[in-house]
Amino acid sequence: MIEFKLPSLGADMDEGKLLQWKVKPGDKVKRGDLVAVVETPKAAVDIEIWQDGVVHELITQPGTTIPVGMVMARLLESGESAPAAAPAPERRPASPAARKRARELDLDIDKLAGTGPHGAVTVEDVDKAAKPAAPVDRNAEMRKAIAAAMSRSKREIPHYYLSETVSLERAAAWLEAENARRPLPERMLMAVLYLKAVALACKAYPDMNGHYVDNAFRPASSVHVGVAISLRQGGLIAPAIHEVEKLPLPELMKQLADLVKRARAGSLRSSEMSDPTITVTNLGEGGVQTVFGIIYPPQVALVGFGSVSRAPATTVVASLAADHRVSDGHRGALFLAEIAKLLQQPETL
Amino acid sequence: MNQDEVRKQVLAELMRIAPELEEGEVVPGKLLREQVDLDSMDWLNFLVALHERFKVEIPEADYAKLGTLDQVTAYLQAKAR
Repeated sequence: MIEFKLPSLGADMDEGKLLQWKVKPGDKVKRGDLVAVVETPKAAVDIEIWQDGVVHELITQPGTTIPVGMVMARLLESGESAPAAAPAPERRPASPAARKRARELDLDIDKLAGTGPHGAVTVEDVDKAAKPAAPVDRNAEMRKAIAAAMSRSKREIPHYYLSETVSLERAAAWLEAENARRPLPERMLMAVLYLKAVALACKAYPDMNGHYVDNAFRPASSVHVGVAISLRQGGLIAPAIHEVEKLPLPELMKQLADLVKRARAGSLRSSEMSDPTITVTNLGEGGVQTVFGIIYPPQVALVGFGSVSRAPATTVVASLAADHRVSDGHRGALFLAEIAKLLQQPETL
Repeated sequence: MNQDEVRKQVLAELMRIAPELEEGEVVPGKLLREQVDLDSMDWLNFLVALHERFKVEIPEADYAKLGTLDQVTAYLQAKAR
C-alpha cells in the first residue's frame, strides 16, 4: 500500500487546504500525474504523485486543512490487490464534550481537523468548523508566509553579500541579432541568458547549488532554478525551472514564459514549488541598480540582477547572497566571476 | 479599421495582460510602461498579442516607436493597411 502524504511546498508552508481531488478510487495513476489541488498561503498548487499505482481510498475531504506529512490517500501498488475488507474507519480522538457539540450541530466529527493533544478534536475545533469561514485575505496570508520564510532565513543563515558589474555588450549584441531573425512569439529576453549562466556556473561551483538540511549541506545533482516572480495582486513566488543547465535557450525561454503565466494564473505544480536549488531574482525592470537578496531556505544562495545600464557601456550589476555555513566570500567571488565570464560567451549558453 | 477601433483593441489586449487596469485610466500620450506595471515578459506578451490580433510583424528595432498608446495605435494602423 502506498501512502500519499501532503508534501511540503516550501519553507513557508506547514499546512495546506485540499481544494479538489483530480482522481477517484479505482483510477490508475503514474509518476508525475496531477492528483490534487492544494491551497497554500501563496497559491493554489497542483500536487503531483511520484509513484505508479491505483487509487484505493481518498482520506482527506476537499475543504479540509491538514498539516504537511499527513496521509491524504492510499494507493495500491502495481500487482497489489485491494484488502479483502475495508479497514474500519479510524475513529478520530475527541473529547466527549466535542462529540456532543458535533452531534448538536450535525457535523461528522471524524472529518474535522483536530488541534488538541494527538490531533484530538476539541469543542473549539467543532465550533470553528460550524462557523462560516471568514473571507481569506490573500494578501495578508501571502505577507505572513513570506515573513515566516524570510525571518527563518535571517535567523538561521549567516548571509554574506557580493556584487560585480558585468559587461553585457556581447550578450546584448548577440540577443539583438538572434531576436532580429526570430518571429515575435519566439523572441527571447535577457533573463534567459542570466538563468542559463547561473545554472552553468552552479555546475562549476556546486557549493552554491543545493539544500542545507539537518546541519549539513546536500549539493544537488541538477540545477533547478527558482525564478522570483512578482504577482500582479502583490506578493512574490519563486517556482523552479528544472535542469536549467541542460536546456537550450529557446526552450528555456518557452519554459520561463509558461512558468510566469501559470504563476500568475495560480496553476503551479508541487514539484516546481518544492525543489528549487538556487534562486535568481531580476529586479532591473524597476530601475533597481543592485539586489541584496535574502536566501530562500533550505537553499544556500540567491543571485540578483539589477537594471541594465546603457552608458557608457552596456552593463548589469550581478549580486550574490550566499550562506557562510557552506561557502565563503572567496568562493562566492569566483562564482560571480564565472557568471560574468559565461555572459561574455552568449553563443555557448 | 479606424483609429478608435485600433485603440480599443490595443487597450483590450493591454487589460488582458494587466487586469488591474481600469478603462479610461491610460493617458494616451504618456509612456505606457510608466503608467502600467509591465515587466519585459508582460511587454513581450503584449506585443505577441498585438502581432496575432493585427497580423503585423513588429521588429525589435521598432520597439522604441511604441512608447505610448497613441504611438502603438498609429503604428498598428499604418502597418495593418
